Amino acid sequence: MTKTQKGKGRFLSGNEAAAEAVRLCGPQVIAAYPITPQTTLMEKLSEFVAAGEMSAPCKLLLVESEHSAMAAVMGAAMMGSRVFTATSSQGLLYMCEMLNYVSGSRFPVVMANANRGTATPWTIFGDQRDSFAMRDSGWIQFYVESGQEALDTILQAYRIAELPDVMLPVMVNIDGFTLPHTYDLVQVPEQKAVDAFLPAFKTFNKLSLEAPKCMSFAYGPDYHLESRCLQQKVFDEAVGVIERVDEEFYGLFGRRYHGLADTYRCEDAELVLAVTGSAAGTTRVVVDKLRAEGKKVGLIKVRCLRPFPAKFFASLNSPQNSCKVLGVLDRNISFGLEGGLYTDAKASMYRPGAKINTLGFVAGLGGHDVSKADIEVMFGKLANLAEGKPEEEHQFIGMRWA
Amino acid sequence: MTIDSKFQFSDLSDQELLYGAKTCPGCAATIAVRLALKVLGERTFVCVPACCLAATTNAYPQVSFAVNYVVTAFPATASTIAGMAAAAEMQGLEDVTILGIAGDGGTADIGLQALSGVCERNDNVIYLCYDNEAYMNTGIQRSSSTPWGAWTTTSPAGEGERGKTKYRKNLFDIIAAHRVPYCATASVAYPMDLMEKVAKAKAIKGARFIHVHAPCPTGWGYSSEKTIEYGKLAVESGLWYLAEYENGEMKLNLTPKTFKPAELYLKGQRRFRHMTEQDYKLIEENRDREWDLLKERVKA
Repeated sequence: MTKTQKGKGRFLSGNEAAAEAVRLCGPQVIAAYPITPQTTLMEKLSEFVAAGEMSAPCKLLLVESEHSAMAAVMGAAMMGSRVFTATSSQGLLYMCEMLNYVSGSRFPVVMANANRGTATPWTIFGDQRDSFAMRDSGWIQFYVESGQEALDTILQAYRIAELPDVMLPVMVNIDGFTLPHTYDLVQVPEQKAVDAFLPAFKTFNKLSLEAPKCMSFAYGPDYHLESRCLQQKVFDEAVGVIERVDEEFYGLFGRRYHGLADTYRCEDAELVLAVTGSAAGTTRVVVDKLRAEGKKVGLIKVRCLRPFPAKFFASLNSPQNSCKVLGVLDRNISFGLEGGLYTDAKASMYRPGAKINTLGFVAGLGGHDVSKADIEVMFGKLANLAEGKPEEEHQFIGMRWA
Repeated sequence: MTIDSKFQFSDLSDQELLYGAKTCPGCAATIAVRLALKVLGERTFVCVPACCLAATTNAYPQVSFAVNYVVTAFPATASTIAGMAAAAEMQGLEDVTILGIAGDGGTADIGLQALSGVCERNDNVIYLCYDNEAYMNTGIQRSSSTPWGAWTTTSPAGEGERGKTKYRKNLFDIIAAHRVPYCATASVAYPMDLMEKVAKAKAIKGARFIHVHAPCPTGWGYSSEKTIEYGKLAVESGLWYLAEYENGEMKLNLTPKTFKPAELYLKGQRRFRHMTEQDYKLIEENRDREWDLLKERVKA
């Protein structure tokens, strides 16, 4: 940290840290349905609401499903209320239909998703197949590395989502169980600082008794393509907004996360591994170890899946960049192709005469631990490729058998 | 306790809050909604899922509602209005009505879970189901509210097929079982009864449900000027009833002294034209059983 931390250090789980962020942001309506490993987040919010500890009066709707949770927060958003919901895994899949309703009509819903694998095989353990399956639902997607980042990103999410030029829903992904149930020292900002960062929610995109309107209109073919084009343009705009908001946040709170993608020891790195979420912490440790051994390795932490840091990845492929081999760690898989992050990274870097070699790694599915040893294996494979040794382009890492 | 809604027909405004809908001629759904909005007035927020009503009342940039109106997903009428009502409450919006309107498919089938949630939580909304007894927007497929024996495209009638082989779900009973403050059935053929029920619902707080029988010329196969006639025949033959559930008690609003023969209602509709005397008899026997149960509940 380059600046003094502002706020109070408290020992909180990732879910509790997220709940503190929601308390500070003061949504008018929360609708949620319990699912492991999101449950303790929703419980904490229930406690806050019951005790009147939210920063603004809040109505908590205890709905009968995740589909209804997302529909209810959409209904409240249509009326112009700031809203929140949280889910995980099957719940997120169940919401899928409503995610698209919310994004198409540009309601700035903020949601925490405690990442968890999707059945079958039934699992309560973590991977990112849930949120990656929702990649095309029109939501901004953040992935966080720690409870602190979960808290800070939810604060940023409201700021970004509610800007009149953006008006997009934001999903903050918190790797289950690694983050939601792990306790760590978290700086909880003062209410005053949050209020200075996040103004009261005002929007033109709401129903009005003075000027009644229709929302979530049906579009015929005449307007549909154009409306989707506008939606895409907003995501382009959001890239700059996310970076700017992160800088503003840094100015007020002394912490920052570097827009869409952060790097660690990449300045002269030749072997670079790109990861999302909690695996970034493990990879930092491995990078330090390998650096101590004199190996030129680095980490890319992809913070945003959508909008995707396409320009950042393209820049890796410039003659000035030291990167020789890029590895991508996916805690998801698109069956029949490869890990989703890997596909996007490759596509972003593509140009004729590309100098970078790439490897895609799938690991940590359904709670399978991504260990330091696994990360070292990945860097080893990147080194092999750099030395001209053969490596399969797409590999599963850390399996009990190969 | 009877709630005095202070409703006077003479107070109704001439203003139409639903007009220009692209529904089929003789559409009862439009009649029901038009009448309901006359009572509920301009401070109404309407939410409709993907259904006939949504498909015929909004296509950018045209809209047929003069009040605030949102479209939601097929299963999400009740859950969306729950959120709207929560927001209205938190914003201190006084004297507004949050109104969900959905068909029988969107209510008794795909939307039932969310509706049950609203009723259990007693959210401050009115939910109006226009029951045209099948999935009409997709082109006449059977729903759980399609009556026994009716032809639909998914319950064919012809050689060896007898139309729908299951009895309809009793939505009124399901909602009343949630002990909501107000629940009623109605029919577009009894507009004053319908509007009085809407007025009563408006004056109550909490989850209110009105189940409106809504004959559909296109789906049922009759000439469009006969919507009211068939609505009346359904009630007169005992195949639809007008009832209310209020303060834990059920009340019948109209008890025909003798039922008209079911055949009168069934015969002219294409969806029942495969039926025989035997079918009419079965339908009347079932009707009589249902009415015995109804009368017992009203007595108790």
